[in-house]
Parts: sequence; structure tokens; C-alpha cells
Amino acid sequence: MEKSKSQTGPTKLEAAMGWLDKRFPATETFEYHMSKYYAPKNFNFWYYFGFLAMFVLVNQLVTGVWLTMNYVPSGEGAFASVEYIMRDVEYGWLLRYLHSTGASFFFIVIYLHMYRALRYGSYRGPRELLWLIGMAIFIALMAEGFFGYLLPWGNMSYWGAQVIVSLFGAIPFIGPELMEWIRGDFLMSETTLNRFFALHVVALPLVLCILIFVHLVALHHVGSNNPDGIEIKKNKDADGIPLDGIPFHPYYTVHDIHAMVVFLFIFCAVVFFAPEMGGYFLEKPNFDMADPLKTPDHIAPVWYYTPFYAMLRAATYPLFGMSAKFWGFVVMAGAIVIPAVLPWLDRSPVRSMRYKGIWSRTMLSLFVISFFILGYLGTQAPSKLGTIMAQICTTIYFAYFILMPWYTRIEKTKPEPERVTG
Amino acid sequence: MKKLLLSVLILLPLTAWSASTNNWPMEDFEGDLENLPSLQNGFQLYTNYCLGCHSLQFQRYERTADDLGIPHDIAMENLVFTGQKIGSLITNAMPKQESKGWFGASPPDLTLVTRVRSPEWVYNYLLTFYADADRPMGANNKVYPNVGMPNVLLDLQGVQRQVCSDGNCDQLVLDSGTGKMSAEEFDAAIYDLTNFLYYTGEPTRLQRQRTGIYVLLFLIFLGCFTYLLNREYWKDIDGH
Amino acid sequence: MSDGDVAIDSAKDNNNDATSGGVNTGRRYFLIQATSAVAAVGAVGAAWPFVKYWTPSAKARAAGAPVKIDFSKLAPGEMLSPIVAWRGKPIFVVSRDKTSIDALKSDTSDLADPDSLNPEQQPEFAVNAWRSAKPEVGVYLGICTHLGCSPKHVVTDNFEASGQGGFFCPCHGSKFDLAGRVVKGVPAPDNLEVPPYRFVSDTVIVIGEEGNA
Repeated sequence: MEKSKSQTGPTKLEAAMGWLDKRFPATETFEYHMSKYYAPKNFNFWYYFGFLAMFVLVNQLVTGVWLTMNYVPSGEGAFASVEYIMRDVEYGWLLRYLHSTGASFFFIVIYLHMYRALRYGSYRGPRELLWLIGMAIFIALMAEGFFGYLLPWGNMSYWGAQVIVSLFGAIPFIGPELMEWIRGDFLMSETTLNRFFALHVVALPLVLCILIFVHLVALHHVGSNNPDGIEIKKNKDADGIPLDGIPFHPYYTVHDIHAMVVFLFIFCAVVFFAPEMGGYFLEKPNFDMADPLKTPDHIAPVWYYTPFYAMLRAATYPLFGMSAKFWGFVVMAGAIVIPAVLPWLDRSPVRSMRYKGIWSRTMLSLFVISFFILGYLGTQAPSKLGTIMAQICTTIYFAYFILMPWYTRIEKTKPEPERVTG
Repeated sequence: MKKLLLSVLILLPLTAWSASTNNWPMEDFEGDLENLPSLQNGFQLYTNYCLGCHSLQFQRYERTADDLGIPHDIAMENLVFTGQKIGSLITNAMPKQESKGWFGASPPDLTLVTRVRSPEWVYNYLLTFYADADRPMGANNKVYPNVGMPNVLLDLQGVQRQVCSDGNCDQLVLDSGTGKMSAEEFDAAIYDLTNFLYYTGEPTRLQRQRTGIYVLLFLIFLGCFTYLLNREYWKDIDGH
Repeated sequence: MSDGDVAIDSAKDNNNDATSGGVNTGRRYFLIQATSAVAAVGAVGAAWPFVKYWTPSAKARAAGAPVKIDFSKLAPGEMLSPIVAWRGKPIFVVSRDKTSIDALKSDTSDLADPDSLNPEQQPEFAVNAWRSAKPEVGVYLGICTHLGCSPKHVVTDNFEASGQGGFFCPCHGSKFDLAGRVVKGVPAPDNLEVPPYRFVSDTVIVIGEEGNA
């Protein structure tokens, strides 16, 4: 298989690569990021979601471009253009469902990806910057979803955007002017639709791509974490290669390709058999055109925003002369942003949950359960019991972070192993 | 235990969603998009009884004819308003502003009504009009109380009355013989009409499901190869 | 590709004890090829909707549907006005009297393609001196074959050869006779295109449908 170079000279492919490599770091880059990037050999289920997020991103970008070819970003034309795509354009229905299902799956994947970081301490040094870039991606993604949701110009699109934009009105002093500035008009109108279109199709995808590129550069610079939370670079062989590391290519490329096929199966099952997902992925009121005079019976944001929406609604008391609406906004914004400081809150001597103590395990479990409960409560109309539950869960959510410097220090941890365990 | 709790929490919202906000006990409706005679009958009923006020502005005649197995010339003769071509969208001449004054609300377009409400809702709505002298149009509806729409199906169904006992008005009684159709015939006609609207809500539904089966089968096939390829490489790694 | 080679290297040559030796390269190559082949089929299948998406939609097909034209009111020597469009293109319908028809047959010395030899410009039935199904009526796409401007119908003596009217394109001066045949020495390379059409009666044609007597 191996040709002896002294006998036969370079192959055509080798010659071509040689030409290219003199002028462009092709092989060098491939080796640095793939074939000589040594990733821990003990990646488990939780480590699929970074790659899957990129795959869903590509799906959103490509289907998004295709949809933009037929979508009309005007008040009169938008809703009709979506139905035009669904009916009159060949395979338009498929492109639409790929994009709408992709949006929901993007958040499923990202939440699981972030959970991995919480579980294995992937936000700890020297990966703090990696984590902050990830948080920036998360916020950009939430904005991208928010802008995109207005575009079909259905009744839920309209009223959902109306509610969220009016939140900004709660900010003291600048609130009402800020609302007008965001909308570009005195009410939610076509002007708002046009600018959200530009942001959703051009600006934020650019921002997301740049941030994701930077995210990968930061990751490859420090190297990946792993379920045991230990640094594989601490144990290297004679050639400087981590003993517990394996080249990303071919091992994780074939691994991720299989993961992609399994993921595609689940994704396509939804796209082809349940694209509405009971009204959670495509909401029923949104099959009605936007009507400024008729509010849907029950306004709720799309499921992936509902945990934060529930926290917003949980704030029911005015305090220090500021309205409950303002505090709700503060709580919601705070909940989205507080994970950013995790690297500095976690004072545990160990990184991974595998070796942390009973406090960390309990708090993380409670955090996750609260997040789910809040998500459910956010889909429901407000109620007395619901509000109390939301208040309790919001407290638990924040307690996970605020108490972390204390409980990570006082708890009894297990010793971290020298080498990875599986 | 945690997994069980989580799965219950995830499933809970789905059950809540299907609960009706209305108190009327809904009869079940199973759409059947492969039943072409039903869809054709529904299309004809729609054209005769509904299209005058309610457009289907996102649906085209040509596509409807093709999907339902109606030859274009028959469609043009029986189902298409004069002046429109086979490729036209199914619009009507109901003026938006004036009709609001006549009915209290402008008759909405119905292309997507089964996606906004649900096919069950539409089916039960069309079955539960009843005589009510207090309403301006002389009729009320159990699924959509105080609706502005008149009972256009009165001559087919006959007169239906509300029967109250102890303040509970949960019964509807049909005066038999007052309608052109028997109760069973009317029920079948409304099934066809609702089935047709179920079709217009998403004309590509059948194509979507058929394509989906092929896609999933292919992915299982491809998945076997990627699984074996992955396993083959990972034999190199200790512990795998 | 050197995929298999890398695996072999890490398996055998490294001190890296994460890998073990003994790779079945034959099996490995087979699996790579088989998976790639199946994946390639999948890729084509996945690309298919994206390609089909670009084809004319039902709206375009409806707009591009055949158009009926009634020219019963057209006088000899006139062109039908207002100009009817088919697929967004202007349709010229000209009525020709006997003199014009004879002139079309006789004087063709100044024409670039008098016999309509370019098959892309007209259907079979229009390969004749009047380039139409019936000599009295000419049906052409009103698009100059140079760069696409819409020529003007000229009635007066405009062409030395046939002495009849024709079509003059104001953009760059191309000239066509009453059968849409292009004159020599002008920028336009071809005769005016003849669309598919058929007669449903003596004075009614349908543009966009085949089947001509």
C-alpha cells in the first residue's frame, strides 16, 4: 500500500497537495484541527452535541437561503408567501418544515450541549473564554430565533413579538423610546417585520458564524475536556502526544458521522410525521394571519423560551418603586446571563460531577428539574399555583449559581483519577 | 426515578394542550385523504354552500382537481367561477369591509381553518347549529357560541333545537323531516366537507408522509454502514 | 485517501497506548467505500428537493398557461393592439394582405436567413415564406433577437427589398420583414421567434398549445 517514494516519485495527488501547501496552509490546518488534534478517548453521549449543533446550523443556513428565495418580507405578502412556499413551490413544504423543525432542534441540541458543560465542568479554567464565547452564541441564537419567529407574520408571531418588545418598555427612563426605536414605528408593523428580516437573514447568521469559528479556535487551543474532568495534556508520551488522546480524525469523524445519521433519523421522523409537534414547534394560532385587533386566546413564546418566560411572570411584586414588570425583565435577563460567571462561581477542587460531592449533584439535579418545570409553566396560562411553583423554581435556579461558591467548597469530593476511565 | 419524573414532566404539557377550552363534548373526526370520493363531494359542497362568503385564497383549482382526481374540464364546468382559470387561486367576490358590517365579522378565509382550530372543531362546529330567536341571523352554535355566521346548511340539515333541563342546555334535538337530508346523510356530508378542509389545510400531507417512510428506511440502511464503520475504527482503541 | 494509513500509524508506530495493533485494512477500506457509496446516494436524494425547488412553481405555471387571442377585428396590414403577453413575452399578431404575402415569397435577397434554417426560432409548421400556419396571419414573439428589446411594427415602405412594412428595433437598428425574418447587416443574428400556437377557429388562436394544421 505504501509506495516507496525514492522509487516511484510523488503521486499526482501528493504533487497537487504540495503545490497547494506552498501557497495555503491546507494540510497544516487539517492536521492541527483534525488528524493531529488529540481529543480524549473517553467522550460519551454528552459529547455529540457540539458537532450536532454545527450540523443543525448548516441545515438552518441552507434551508434559510432557499426559503428567502420565495419569502416576501412585507405585511401583505409575508403570510401568503409562506403558504405559497408550502403549496406552489416544488418541495417548498419540505424546506419549510426542515427550517421550522431545525429551529426547535437547534435549541434541544444547544441545551444538551450546555448541560454537558455543567456536568463535566467544561467551563473551568483554562476554558473560561471558550465558555463566554459559548454564552455569546447562546444569546445570539435566542435573538436569531426571536427575529425569525416574526417573519411568518402569523397571529402568534405578531403578538409574541408585541409582548417581548413591550418588555423593553419596562426599563426605567428609556423604556418607551427604546420600544419605539426597536419597532421603528408606534406599533408593531411592517417596518418591524422588514428590519427583523434583515437581522434574521443577514446580520445574526454572520455574527453566529464568526462566533462559532472563534469558539472552535478557542477549543482547539486549550484542548477538549472530558467526562472525568482531568487534563489529558498532563500525561504525554515521548512524542508529546497525550496518552489518553486519540486523533480526532478518523476516530471522532466516523463517530460523529454515525451520530449524525442517528440524529437525522429522529429529526426526519419529526419533519415528516409530526412537524407541528402538537402545536409546540408550529403553533396553531400562527396559521392565522397577523391581526392587530385580535389577540390569540393564550400568548406564549415558543417552547425554548418558556423557562425564561415563566421566570419573568414569576416576579409579581413591585419593589423599591420599580414595577413588577421591570423586576420580571431583570429576573429574566439575569437568568439568561448568570451562567456566564460559572467559571468564577465554581470553587470545587475537581472539575467533573463524577468526583464532586453530594451538594453539587443535588443542586445540579434540582436546577435541571426546575428548568423543566419552569419550561412547562411558561406554556400554561398564569394561575395562582403556577405562579408559586414558578417562584420556587426560579429561586432554585438562581440558588444553583449564587450558592455555588459555598457548596462547591464545603462538600467532600472524590479524588480525580490520573488517567481517564471510560 | 429522575428519568421517570422528567418524562412525566415532558408529557404533561402535551395532554394539557389537547384539552378543549369549550365545554361541548366533541365527536371524533378521522380525516381520510385517500378517500377521493369524499374529498370530491366535500369540494362540491364547499363550492355550493361556502365559497360565496369564504375564500380558499391559498389553494389553486388546478392542484385541487389533480389531487382529487377531477379532470380539468369537469372542474371548469362545475366548480370554477366564471372568469377564473384552472390555475387560479380559489378567491371570491365577498367584500371585506362591507361584510364586516353585515355579519359582525368579515367571513374568514378557510384554507387553514383545520390547522388553526382542528378538524374535530370544524366538524363539530358544522353539526351544532341550532335555532335561536335571540340571534340576529336566527341561529346559534354550540362549539362557537354567538357566532356571527348564519346557518347556511339549514335546508340540508333541517331545524335543530336546543333542549334545556335544570339550566343545563347540553342537548340538541333535530326536527326530523325538516331537512333535505336525513341525519346520517347530513353527518356524512359534513364529514366530506370537513375532510376537504382537512385536505386544503395541508395538501402535501400525504406526499410528506409517503416521502418520510422512504427517508427513514434509507437512514436505517445507511445507519447500519456508519455503525459498522465506526465500530471498525474504534477497535483500535483500548477498552472499545 | 490516507485515512487507513493514519489509523495504522497510530495503532502500530506510536507509544500512545490508547490504540492496539492488528488492523484489518481490507475490511476497513470496504466499509469506507460501502458507506461512502450509500452516503453519496443519500446526498443526491437530499439535494433533489433543493434542485426541484428552483423549477417554476404552480404560480409560475399558472401565469405561463396558454393564452387565447381573438384577432377577428384585425384589419389587413395591422398589428393586434393592445399587445397580449404570454409568459411575460409580447406576442405580435400581424394581418397580411395578398400583396404582402406575395412580396414575402419573392424578394428575399436582403434577408440573412430567408428559409428559416435555424430550427430554434420556429416550430416545424412555420418553416415557410410567411413563417406561420396561415399566410394571412403572422404570430411572432415581439423580442428582438439581438439583445431583447421590443421592435416596432412599421407599416410604411421601410425595406428596400420587399417594399413592404416590417419590424424595426429602435435600440440598435435591427430590421425584420413582415414574416419576422431578419435583414442582412443588422446587429440581430436570427429571425423573430415563433411561439407554439394553434388555431381553435379561423380568428382565434391559443398561444402555448401545440397542434397545428
